Amino acid sequence: MEYLKAFLRPTIRDVAGRRMIMILAVVAIVVPILNLAVPQGHFLHVSTFTVTLLGKYICYAMLALALDLVWGYVGILSLGHGAFFALGGYAMGMYLMRQIGDRGVYGNPDLPDFMVFLNWQELPWYWHGFDQFWFAMLMVILIPATLAFVFGFLAFRSRVSGVYLSIITQALVYSLMLAFFLNDLGFGGNNGLTDFKDILGFNIQADGTRVVIFLASIFFLVLFYAICRFVVVSKAGRVLVSIRDAEPKTRFIGYRVENYKLFAFVLSAIIAGVAGALYVPQVGIINPGEFSPINSIEIVIWVALGGRGTLYGAVLGALIVNYAKTWFTGAFPEVWLFALGALFVISTLFFPKGVAGIFGGKALDAFNRAADKYRKRSGEANS
Amino acid sequence: MNMIPKHLEQEAVLYLDGVSVSFDGFKAINNLSLIIKPGELRAIIGPNGAGKTTMMDLITGKTRPDEGTLVFNNKIDLTKHDEADIANLGIGRKFQKPTVIESLTVWENLELALVGGRSVFKSLFHRLSTEQNDKLQSNLELIRLEEARDKLAGDLSHGQKQWLEIGMLILCEPELLLVDEPAAGMTDDETMRTAELLKEINKERSVVVVEHDMEFIRQLDTTVTVLHEGRVLAEGTLDQVQKNQEVIDVYLGR
Repeated sequence: MEYLKAFLRPTIRDVAGRRMIMILAVVAIVVPILNLAVPQGHFLHVSTFTVTLLGKYICYAMLALALDLVWGYVGILSLGHGAFFALGGYAMGMYLMRQIGDRGVYGNPDLPDFMVFLNWQELPWYWHGFDQFWFAMLMVILIPATLAFVFGFLAFRSRVSGVYLSIITQALVYSLMLAFFLNDLGFGGNNGLTDFKDILGFNIQADGTRVVIFLASIFFLVLFYAICRFVVVSKAGRVLVSIRDAEPKTRFIGYRVENYKLFAFVLSAIIAGVAGALYVPQVGIINPGEFSPINSIEIVIWVALGGRGTLYGAVLGALIVNYAKTWFTGAFPEVWLFALGALFVISTLFFPKGVAGIFGGKALDAFNRAADKYRKRSGEANS
Repeated sequence: MNMIPKHLEQEAVLYLDGVSVSFDGFKAINNLSLIIKPGELRAIIGPNGAGKTTMMDLITGKTRPDEGTLVFNNKIDLTKHDEADIANLGIGRKFQKPTVIESLTVWENLELALVGGRSVFKSLFHRLSTEQNDKLQSNLELIRLEEARDKLAGDLSHGQKQWLEIGMLILCEPELLLVDEPAAGMTDDETMRTAELLKEINKERSVVVVEHDMEFIRQLDTTVTVLHEGRVLAEGTLDQVQKNQEVIDVYLGR
């Protein structure tokens, strides 16, 4: 209990974050009621389509949160965060594929359709275990984390940073996209993984299942937000900021910069992976398109628009941009990219601190600082 | 193992013997020998290009010597360690340009510099102990930034940033502190306070100051070494070296 309090304190003391969590809590209560309890056709009814759409936004918000941790606080501009998102998504997709069983088009109980189509005789070794939910969930975390660890270890140890690092992350996501397009890799090639039926024995199309996945998305967003807050207000968070602003100096006062970067990068990759895993059952498909470099760059725009280095700004940015995208692509599909570009240019020129900056960024900063100080003092009093 | 010659009766916190380094044929340091005793405050002056900064680079492991001996604390061969190692061994270096973490407050800057707890895990769950808190507080008083405790370091004046950086270096608890032109760009009042600060620091650790400003050196009131063309030209009190004809010719007389 004491630990839980200490863990949650940075989140609760942050006024903007607290407001954000309250809004999410209201959404988490109201939306399922309006979807499940209010009859269809009633003007208050929220369609399952809308629930799924909201769930998708929440996953994007989680992804933006992940990027803000490394970009906003450590200054690592990753242009390849879509890679971790997609890998988490693929791990979930593999589980969902295995749940189809013999209900596929070819009715093969052992092999997913695309493998039958390719005339494969048996399941590749790396598909084993994915019929178990726990194993798949473990992989949702481990695969992005391992990739981030290996990549980060090599890049940070050889002191690759700035634009060079951004270019390498972009290359990473691009090469993964090309690899996943290959049929021989065994992940469904161009079409990816789709036609999902069940998750944990529940029909994935059912309203109830959709609502539960939606709630799970909100839960994880709040959980990861709390974890990120805990990290950024700790002394480690200040080391991260000092790496962002004065890396050589940080090294010079004795911090192993590469270890701190690696920690933030791996944590961020895990958050992105889980976001991807929650995204896939809601949209019903995962394909190599998720690895496309454009997607990864879009994440950067969400964070920049929302306000980097604030965490809640990233969440806000992802929600706003994606809502705008849905609306624009419905109303004026051909204008969307121009609108996104304009939004980006305007925010960079006039609101360099993003939406979070418009809503009294300074005042909030001051409040957060005061709150952190209070936290420290009360910490001192306790110790 | 004692790496410095036996005939030196006293211990040396820093011992340089016959050190030379050249860049593209230009001898930046030419057969330089220098001994800093424990607890000493040493001022080093010299015209531009005399090799002052290169000497600092050699001591902190940024540059490797072509030949010669560099020994820290009688036994540690500095030519075998890199920058981070040397920093952790106990040699702090203050660069000419102040480098503090501008987006953190003065207090947070000092907290980061506080010795110990450098691993990710430790700093994630770090809490200031009362003892550490007092240490930071007294450091804050030493560098005279009590009022600016919660100010962002980026909002400090140039002089205050210099002091903050010096404060951070002290918290790393080095045995030897190298300070590169601390008074550059400071007002007269700030220069005076900086000299006092360095003398205060010198009570607990050895300090080597490289400086141009004669008034500042006078306030330090200590042994002065004059460097010229990468070697020691003269050594003594400021008055002594100022009377040295060679020194007048190359530096002071100009």
